[in-house]
Amino acid sequence: MKRIHIIGILVIAVAIMIIMSTASDASVYVPFSEAQARAKEGDDTKVHVVGRLKKDARGHIVGMKYDPTLDPNYFSFVLVDTNRVEQQVVYYSPKPQDFDRSEQVVITGNMKENVFVADKILLKCPSKYTENEVKVETASL
Amino acid sequence: MVNTLIGDLGHYSVILAFVTALVSAIAFAFASNAKELTPEQKDWKKLARGAFFVHVAAVFGIIFCLFNIIYAHRYEYHYAWSHSSNHLPVHYMISCFWEGQEGSFLLWIFWHALLGLVLIKFAGKKWESPVMAVFSFVQLFLTSMILGVVIGDLKIGSSPFILMRDFMTDAPVFQMDPNFVPKDGTGLNPLLQNYWMVIHPPVLFLGFAATLVPFAFAIAGLWKREFASWTKPALPWGLFAAVVLGVGIMMGAYWAYETLNFGGYWNWDPVENAVYIPWLVLVGAIHTLLAFRKSKTALRATFILFITSFLLVLYATFLTRSGILGNASVHSFTDLGLSGQLFTYLAAFVVLAIGLLVYRWKHIPATAKEIATYSGEFWVFIGAAVLCLGAFQVLVTTSIPVYNAFMGFIGVKTNVALPADQIAHYTKFQMWMGIAIAMLSGTGQLLWWRKQNDGTKLSEVFMLPLIFTALFAALILLVSKMGYIERIDNPSYILLLLASLYAVFSNLAIVFGLLKKKVSIAGGAVSHIGVALMLIGILFSSGYSNIISKNMSGMVYAREFGDDINRDNVLLWRNAGTDMGPYKVTYKGQYLEVKDLPDYVNKQQLFRLEDEFRAVARGPLKDGDQIKYKAGDTVDIYPENTYYEVEFKNRESGKSFTLYPRAQVNPQMGLLASPDIKMFGTKDLYTHVSTIPDPNEEKEWGELKEYQVKIGDTLYLNDYVAVLHGIEPAKDTLMLNLKPGDVAVQADMQVLGERRTYHAHPIYAIRDRMVGRVPEEIEDLGLRIMLMSIDPDKGEFTIGINTTQKDYIILKAMEKPFISILWIGTIIMSLGFVMAIVRHYNDGKRGNAASPKGPAGKEAVKRRKQMA
Repeated sequence: MKRIHIIGILVIAVAIMIIMSTASDASVYVPFSEAQARAKEGDDTKVHVVGRLKKDARGHIVGMKYDPTLDPNYFSFVLVDTNRVEQQVVYYSPKPQDFDRSEQVVITGNMKENVFVADKILLKCPSKYTENEVKVETASL
Repeated sequence: MVNTLIGDLGHYSVILAFVTALVSAIAFAFASNAKELTPEQKDWKKLARGAFFVHVAAVFGIIFCLFNIIYAHRYEYHYAWSHSSNHLPVHYMISCFWEGQEGSFLLWIFWHALLGLVLIKFAGKKWESPVMAVFSFVQLFLTSMILGVVIGDLKIGSSPFILMRDFMTDAPVFQMDPNFVPKDGTGLNPLLQNYWMVIHPPVLFLGFAATLVPFAFAIAGLWKREFASWTKPALPWGLFAAVVLGVGIMMGAYWAYETLNFGGYWNWDPVENAVYIPWLVLVGAIHTLLAFRKSKTALRATFILFITSFLLVLYATFLTRSGILGNASVHSFTDLGLSGQLFTYLAAFVVLAIGLLVYRWKHIPATAKEIATYSGEFWVFIGAAVLCLGAFQVLVTTSIPVYNAFMGFIGVKTNVALPADQIAHYTKFQMWMGIAIAMLSGTGQLLWWRKQNDGTKLSEVFMLPLIFTALFAALILLVSKMGYIERIDNPSYILLLLASLYAVFSNLAIVFGLLKKKVSIAGGAVSHIGVALMLIGILFSSGYSNIISKNMSGMVYAREFGDDINRDNVLLWRNAGTDMGPYKVTYKGQYLEVKDLPDYVNKQQLFRLEDEFRAVARGPLKDGDQIKYKAGDTVDIYPENTYYEVEFKNRESGKSFTLYPRAQVNPQMGLLASPDIKMFGTKDLYTHVSTIPDPNEEKEWGELKEYQVKIGDTLYLNDYVAVLHGIEPAKDTLMLNLKPGDVAVQADMQVLGERRTYHAHPIYAIRDRMVGRVPEEIEDLGLRIMLMSIDPDKGEFTIGINTTQKDYIILKAMEKPFISILWIGTIIMSLGFVMAIVRHYNDGKRGNAASPKGPAGKEAVKRRKQMA
C-alpha cells in the first residue's frame, strides 16, 4: 500500500468523524412538550423551540417581566409554541429591544424545573424588506 | 416626474451585456477549438474580443445608470427608494449600490469585466481563448441574474431598474396616480453606514472574481490538454485571489467587531462561513500547486482543489442569496424568488466542471513514485489536506438548512437545527486544524528550504526554531502564571500556543536564512508567520475574552437557579459611578454628531427643531479652541445615532478615559447598538449598551409640585438646591412663532447637580392673549421646571416641578487581550502573499521570454525549481 493511500484513508476517517460529530452536535426544533419530556429523562441537551408571544384579546403581550432598574439580566416571558402549549421562558440577559414587535420567536435552551432557560433568542420581525407599502402620508409631504 | 429614460437605458445595457457575453463566449470557444494560427481562428478571436469590449462598455453603462438613479434620488425606481434616502452622505450612496442583491451581482460582474480585460492583454496567445471562453460563460450567467425578463411564469433575473409602480402594482397610490414619485427613500441599513462597508464588499467581490481566474486556467488546461503548463500563469492569480479574499474576510471581521455587538469579530454566521470555506480550499489549492511545481506530484489534487474553490464560491452565492438560510443567518440577502435560477447555475457548473475533469482524468499525468516523508512537498500536501478537512467541517454544518430544504423538497419533514452552541462546535475542530496547520507550516517550510546536498542534518534544521519555541513558550507561560497576562492553563490552548510559536520561529529562521541571498522569495515564510500570529491573536482574544461588567449590585430579580448564572450586564444611572473591573464607570449623558464638528455634542446643548436633521445651538459649539457655532446658530445634525458618554476611571492610577458607545432605535430593526473600543497595548476594552429606556415611550412624570418664590430665593427640588436669579426676556423663542404684541419672558435659574451646575430657562409667554409655557428639562437630574405664573404685584413667581426616573443605560464591557496581534498577523500574511505574487509573476514572465532549450536551459529550470 502506498503512502498516499494511507493518507486517503485517514482523510476519509476524519471526514466521517466530522459528519458524525456534526450529527450529534446538531440541535433540533421541538415543541415544549418534548423539551419537557427530555428534561424529565435527565437529558439536558439544548433544543430550538419556535413560537409566538402570548397575547390577550386586544393584542397586548401577556406575562412579560423585565425591570432593568431591579435586575438588568433577568427577562421572563411566556411563549406559545406551534402546538399552542404555553411555557414560561427565562433569559438571563437584557430584553431585546424589538422584542415586542416580533412575529415569531425562536429560542435555544433547555427546561430547568418548570421554566425554559433560553440562552439565545432569535426574533423574526416584520422586516423592512418585506414591507411592500409606500407610506403616502410621509411620502407626499 | 417619472424619468423612465435612465431606467430604460440601464435595462437595455443589461440586455446588451447579456447578449455580448453570449457572443463572446461562443466566439472564444470556437477560437479556442480552431486550429492554431489559421485565419479562421483569427476571425473568431477578433469577433470574440470585439464582443467582450462591447460587453465591458455595457457593464459600465449599467453601473452609470444605477448610480445615477441613486445619486439623483430618483425614487420612482424601487432600487433607489429601498436602499437610499435624501439625507444619506455621498460616500454611503456607494454602499447603497451594493446593499441590494442586484447591485452586488453588478459589482461582481464589474470585476469580472475588468479582470477579463487584463487577461485579454496578458494571458498570452495560448491561453486567451479558452480562459476567456470560461470567463464570458460565467459572465453570461451573472448578467442573466439582473436581466429582469419574465417569460410566462418564468422569471429570469431581477432587474435593478424596476419602477416603483411596476414593483408594487397593488399599491393604491400608483393606481390613483401612476406618476407618483415618493419624496424620500427608506434608507440604507444603518449597520451598513460604516466606512468598512464602503470598502469591504468591493474587496470581497474582487476576491470572488479573482477565484474564477485559476478556475478558468484549470478548465482551459483540461480542455486544451495542457495539463501542466496552465499552472504557471494560474499561480500568481491564485495567490492574488487568496490574498484579496482573505483581506476581504478580515475586513468583514473587523467591521463586525466595530459595528455589531455580539462581542467579537467572528460569529460562525453562515454568511461568514460561506466565504471562509472557499478561501481555505483555495489556499489548499495553492499549496498543492506549489508541490506540483517543485516535484511533479499532486497535479490531480491541484485540479480538484482549484475547481472546487470556484464551485464553493458559487455555492456560497446560492446559500446567501436563495433565502434558504432563513432563520439561520442574520445577514443574508432577501429572497428575490431566484433560488431556482441560482440552483440551476450551481448545478450546471458542478456538472460541467466535474464532468470535464472526469472525462480527462486518465490523461492527467500522475507520478508513480512515492514522495519521501522528509521532503517539504509531502508536508505541504498534508497541510492542504488539513485545510480541506477544516473547510469540510464548516461546510457540513453550515449546510444544515440545506438538508432541511432538500428533505422538504422530496416530501420528508425534518427538524434539524444548527448546533445550539455553534462556537463550541466549530472550535472543537477548527482549533485542532489551527494547531495542525501551525505545526505543518513550520515543519513543511523547514524541509522545503533545506539544502539536501550541503550536508546539513535534519536535526540541525529543526534545532534553532525548537529552542526558541521552548524558550519563548516558557517565558509566556511564566508571565501568565505570575498573573501579568491571562493565565493559560488549558492544555489544548498551550498546545496551540506552542505550535504557533514554532511556526513563527521556524519561518523566521527561513526569512533570516534568505536575508543573505534573496529575501524577495521569502513570501511564503512571511505569510506563514502572519498566519501563526493570527492564531496567537485568536487564542488570546477569543480564548481569554473577559467580561468585566458583572452585575455586582446584589439585586437580583429571581434566584431560581442559585447565583451561578452569568449576569453580564450592568445598569448605570446617569452620573452615578459604578465599580467595574479595575474601573469606576460613570454614564454621563447623551451626545449627537453635528456636521463639521469633530467632537460629539451633548444633547442638552442642542434645541431640536421640527426638522429632525436640524437643531439650534444653545451655547457656543467649539472645535478645539475655535468657536464654530454661536448660541442661536442653526446646525445640521445626524439624529439617528445617540452616543452615550461613559467615563472609565482607573481606581488605582486615577487615570481616566471616555468611551462613546452608540445606539439608535431604528423603526424597522429595533435597537442597533454599536460598541466603542479603547485600545491598550496588551488588550482592547470593548463596550456597548445592551438596553436603553425606550425613547418612544412617553416619560412618566411625577405629580406637579408648586413653589412660590421671589427673585434670589433658594428652593430644594428633589434634593437639589436651586436658585432663582431673575426674570429676563425670553431667548429661545423660535418654537413659539411670536407675533408683534406677544410677550415672552424666561426665568433664570441655577440648579446645583452632583457634577455641575445647570442653568434652566423655563419660558412664560402670552400669545394672542393666551398663556403658553415652555418647560425646561434637565435630563441629568430627571427634573422638569415650569414657570407657572407671575404675580407682578407681590413680585412672586410660581415654579412648577415634575420629577421622573433618572436616565440610565445598561452596559456590557469586556476585555479582549492581544487582539492587535490578530490584525498585525493579517497584515503580515497579506504582505507575504504580495511578495509571493510579485515573485511568481516575474518567474512566469521570465519563463515565457526565454523558453529553456538545450542543456543550459534545463539547468536554469532546475535551478529555478530548487528556488521554488
